[in-house]
Amino acid sequence: MTIWRLVFKEILHRKLSFALGLLSVVAAVTCAVGATSLLAAHDARTAALLARKEAELKSQMAELEDDMRKAMLKLGFNLVILPKNQDVGDWYADGFATEYMPEDYVHRLAESDIVTIRHLLPSLQQKMTWPEMRRTIILMGVEAEVPKLNKSPRTPLVQPVPRGAMVLGYELSQGLGLEPGQKVRLMGREFTVQRCHAERGTKDDITVWINLREAQEMLDKEGLVNAILALQCICAGPAGLASLRSDVAGVLPDTRVIERGSKILARAEARAKVGEKAKAALERERKARAALRRERERVAAFLAPLVIAACALWVGLLAFGNARARRGEVGILRALGLRGRQIMLLFLSRAFAMGLVGGAVGYAAGLFLGARLEESLEGAAGAVGLGGLLRPGVLPAALLGAPLLACLASWIPALLAAQQDPARTLMEQ
Amino acid sequence: MMLRINGLTKRYESPGGVVQALHGVSLSVSRGEFVAVQGPSGSGKTTLLFTAGGLLRPDEGTVRAGEVEPYLLNPEKRARWRARTVGFVFQQYHLAPYLNVEENILAASLAAPSEDAPVRARRLMDRFRLRERARHLPAQLSSGERQRVALARALLNSPSLLLADEPTGNLDSDNAGVLLDYLADFAANGGAVLLVTHDDRVARRADRTLRLSAGQLENHPAPTPADQSPD
Ligand SMILES: Nc1ncnc2c1ncn2[C@@H]1O[C@H](COP(=O)(O)OP(=O)(O)O)[C@@H](O)[C@H]1O
Ligand SMILES: [Mg+2]
Repeated sequence: MTIWRLVFKEILHRKLSFALGLLSVVAAVTCAVGATSLLAAHDARTAALLARKEAELKSQMAELEDDMRKAMLKLGFNLVILPKNQDVGDWYADGFATEYMPEDYVHRLAESDIVTIRHLLPSLQQKMTWPEMRRTIILMGVEAEVPKLNKSPRTPLVQPVPRGAMVLGYELSQGLGLEPGQKVRLMGREFTVQRCHAERGTKDDITVWINLREAQEMLDKEGLVNAILALQCICAGPAGLASLRSDVAGVLPDTRVIERGSKILARAEARAKVGEKAKAALERERKARAALRRERERVAAFLAPLVIAACALWVGLLAFGNARARRGEVGILRALGLRGRQIMLLFLSRAFAMGLVGGAVGYAAGLFLGARLEESLEGAAGAVGLGGLLRPGVLPAALLGAPLLACLASWIPALLAAQQDPARTLMEQ
Repeated sequence: MMLRINGLTKRYESPGGVVQALHGVSLSVSRGEFVAVQGPSGSGKTTLLFTAGGLLRPDEGTVRAGEVEPYLLNPEKRARWRARTVGFVFQQYHLAPYLNVEENILAASLAAPSEDAPVRARRLMDRFRLRERARHLPAQLSSGERQRVALARALLNSPSLLLADEPTGNLDSDNAGVLLDYLADFAANGGAVLLVTHDDRVARRADRTLRLSAGQLENHPAPTPADQSPD
């Protein structure tokens, strides 16, 4: 015979009273665990939601970037650096520069610490008559792009033209019936047609591209260029051009910077703005979820202690009733020589058992209820699994906390039972 | 001498006034002696019994059982002393309704744990013809059987003093006779029995009968010289 056996038997005997107490503990634990698992489910759903939106944003941004890259490729270069004494009116009118600057400028620019310029392409251009063909052309000597040293290398926007090769604009290739691979003479030199561009509807259609060195030799302009094409990084922003002008002027004082194709840039910028908006929307969503969580936390922080307190009170009242019903039993146990502490243990063990069973059942019920509640608040779609509800420490807290709570709630009735005068109760019977 | 009570006085204070339940009661019970105290209802019998058993502290007077004065012990030690020295039997049996016969008897071992308690319980059930009833609940027993379970429980820890309060009050004469035989047996085997009852026929079964009325013993026998010795 042990106290435990006695407690167990008594519980079976007074099932209803025990069940009422148990139900109360289950309710308290369910409420507490339900609140935490609701919050856990909320967090899991938030994480999944934000991850999905982030992935969406990422792919959207990738698309935008790709779009940008394509726009840039179409645009080619959006900046032209010209010699300072170049008449810009002439440049606009003719489509090419007539003044010269040292080719070395492009290297100075490349080695400068200006970070908002990428891709530098020096060129030497001259409007002339193709003597052999008697046609007006723009001869354009181009070199391979000069890499910006402080930038990671990027794929070049234009293919360099090797010596002895020639790239033709649409009008020329059509008008002269030239095709890639054919040999043709220009100013007495032999060239092989490397490529023929499609129609662009610009002066490009009457342009002949050859190697820069060869052009310099042919035009007797060794070491000189008259334009450097460049690409301004979109990251420079709208205020970028002004600061870029002064930056370039700092490195190359006798040049000027002209911007082209700002419409395409504006479009690109607008797309970038869409990206920004999507990012902002994601941030808003994140904040809204956090606010919702705080609100739920507040409700839980208010409701859970209230329910726990009410349940504790109820458990205490039931324990009180149990102790009253067992006055005679306690009296005889004391007469048999049981000590007050043993009587207390008798009642607290009962409370402990109630707490332990209630904690286990309440834990399971809390998980279930939390999940159900979360589902009904946010919809079954995207509901998190059981894994999302589990929080480390909640199960031990339920299994330790509930018995502790039940014992505390039963403490005073247990103490009163232990202190009751056995002589008086036995005489009353 | 197993039990020696000297000059016991007990007053109850209640809103209705003070009740003098015992008034200078002295008595003693030797080992092997079966003493009955007979008196009408309200004469103080239960008060006397509880006081003798260390359950109710007297206002005046001393209680001594063997070498121990229980009211000089702290409550914890007094409970231990009671568990090993005193057995109680009441008119109302006071069995736990949810424990079977064997468990009710063994409940006494909670106060004085010992390895051979189950063996002793079985022996007591054999002796009190309860063996077939071991797994039965009190509700399934006759009143005679219930009282024998209560007696077995009182005897489980082998007390030297048995205190019985109207133990036959709810029994028919056959069952009452059986129970009184057991009490006499206990005394015959060296135990001390103090039984209180209003019933003259029950009192007559004792070796010695004292009469209590209004908290005082009648014809209080003159203390023997041994009683007067200071120890
Ligand atoms: N707790 C109490 N408060 C007041 N009076 C009491 C109390 N207990 C017993 N009494 C009174 O003390 C007297 C003796 O009671 P009791 O010892 O129970 O007598 P008996 O057992 O002989 O009937 C009775 O008059 C009873 O009413
Ligand atoms: Mg009485």
